[in-house]
Amino acid sequence: MTHTLPPHFLPRDQLQQLFDNLQRSGHQIYGPQVRDGAIVYAPLKSTSALPQGVEDHHAPASYRLINNGSEHWFDWVSTAQGVKPLLFRPRETLWRATRDTTGAPHFEDPANSTEKLAIIGLRACDLAALRLQDRHFLSVNHSPDPFYAARRQHLFIIAINCTRAVESCFCSSTGDGPRCDPTAGFDIAMTELDSGFVITSATPQGRQVTKPLTLRSASKAECDEAAQHEANATRQVRAVPSQNMRDTLFNALDHPQWDKIASRCLSCGNCTSVCPSCFCYSEQSEAELDGSSSEQQREWDSCFTPGHSYMHGITLRHDTRLRYRQWLTHKFAGWHDQYGRSGCTGCGRCITWCPPGIDLTAELAILNRAGGETDDG
Amino acid sequence: MKIHHTKPAVAVHKFTSCDGCQLAILNLGEALLTLAELVDIKHFAEAGVLDEAAEVDIAFIEGSISTPREMEQVKKIREQSRYLIAMGACATSGGIQALRNMSDGQGWIDAIYASPEHIKSLTTATPLSDHVRIDLELWGCPINSLQISSTIRALLFGVLPEIEQSKVCLECKRHQSVCVMVSRGEPCMGPVTSTGCGALCPQFGRGCYACYGPAENPNPNALANRFEGLGMTADEISRNFLFINNNAPVFHAIGQKYRNKGRTDE
Repeated sequence: MTHTLPPHFLPRDQLQQLFDNLQRSGHQIYGPQVRDGAIVYAPLKSTSALPQGVEDHHAPASYRLINNGSEHWFDWVSTAQGVKPLLFRPRETLWRATRDTTGAPHFEDPANSTEKLAIIGLRACDLAALRLQDRHFLSVNHSPDPFYAARRQHLFIIAINCTRAVESCFCSSTGDGPRCDPTAGFDIAMTELDSGFVITSATPQGRQVTKPLTLRSASKAECDEAAQHEANATRQVRAVPSQNMRDTLFNALDHPQWDKIASRCLSCGNCTSVCPSCFCYSEQSEAELDGSSSEQQREWDSCFTPGHSYMHGITLRHDTRLRYRQWLTHKFAGWHDQYGRSGCTGCGRCITWCPPGIDLTAELAILNRAGGETDDG
Repeated sequence: MKIHHTKPAVAVHKFTSCDGCQLAILNLGEALLTLAELVDIKHFAEAGVLDEAAEVDIAFIEGSISTPREMEQVKKIREQSRYLIAMGACATSGGIQALRNMSDGQGWIDAIYASPEHIKSLTTATPLSDHVRIDLELWGCPINSLQISSTIRALLFGVLPEIEQSKVCLECKRHQSVCVMVSRGEPCMGPVTSTGCGALCPQFGRGCYACYGPAENPNPNALANRFEGLGMTADEISRNFLFINNNAPVFHAIGQKYRNKGRTDE
């Protein structure tokens, strides 16, 4: 049961104390940092590693950082990846088989992670995507994924309310943001002001970390200022045509637009790799050269690979038209049957990180139009 | 542990190439000792073992066919080998030296050498598959050690190895490297190139130069369009495709298209 306390105020110079409290309770903190021209989540101990005055600017196929001279640590909006790689690892060993002296195989499970991770910086779209990944990997209908579950169990989340929107954002239209509401799944949420943060705790763990800081309640002026900043993030230039495109898309399987998209799509899988809700993986065995042992490994896969639709000697989706159609119809149509909602939370990463800059909101708008007309867009 | 009572025989041959793929085998390090217990290495010039005519279970060949002697030799190796494996860009696509196929090879020889009559060279450099049946192709310039060890391991198990054919981008994202094309506008061949290298170059902040050859289901036109969008000239675009694997049909076609366009633009 979540219960959000009235907002408190965390002075800027006290964020380090919050980090210290987390580290004292055994957490490894992952926070935003600039690496190779992008904001990425990486381990940190001190607030000095946070990206001060760094803004991200987006366009289809373009991501650039600029320095705005501000003292703020969270003026950026979108990281290269969400929380996905920390929980659903890009590559990991599922089991190991070793031959004994008689040649019989023995199977071993790798030890489950006992790491306690804390992540600071997740936005409403990322939290919504995390709930979708939870739904998939922790599903009681299937057996829950033990690797994901072990890491998820210990994850402490400090969410940040967006105070800007970038050109690729459309979380307002998917209904997933930009504000982190109390049921979004965070332990702590913060909105950054010049002097510090308006901070709320939603869980006992969150309160345990903030309590030793003896924070005062946030003033009405501070709450108003936070609300004003948060309102900036609602100014988004992109949108999905509807939150439920299931029937529209399933009725548009022969739309000529799929061919138009296929002529521009590289079928490279960047969209699915950066998508915070995509969960496909493939498995392969890696044998030791001497044949004495073998590891079963899984790695991120994509509906843009031939292996994704390979069965019994046939690759069913052999061309890009069918692969892109699979990605879009699964995300925006099939998900409704599987999980009761669309699989997109409006983070916009698939637009920014698509090398040819395919804008899925534009493609959805075309597919949404009746009559099967195409558009060169 | 010995799987076979008689160890399978292996040969490593070399044609027109730089020896880099042979070095990749030597770079196996300690695993090379394990390998020597599993197979009988009959011929491997870079390791000092010589018996070119040995009949073997697995023959690896590095290098392209660029001389009349190599044309004959590759046929002999085919006859004396159970599995014939083309190893590296030269053997699989012709390599960087296949650039000569687009120019006047004889003219170069006449212009450069004082006594050109002593040069016995074909006017083309071509992949092994243009000359004999190949059982497996390991792409890469050079290949990496893991390709060799996993191929031999799979064949010892009695199965064919899984050959990587997805795009470099997927592997790049698994490493969580930041896309150099999106974040810096750096041209990158990753979206049309097969992985197998582990997305090595982007991990060091530079674009992929396609040394593992075309990926499955590539869309070179779309990538060339993107390169135009980055402000590259037709000549620069052609050079991205006409590089290590310039003679691979997918790269050759688009590279020639932009090469011709570049000439018209001038």
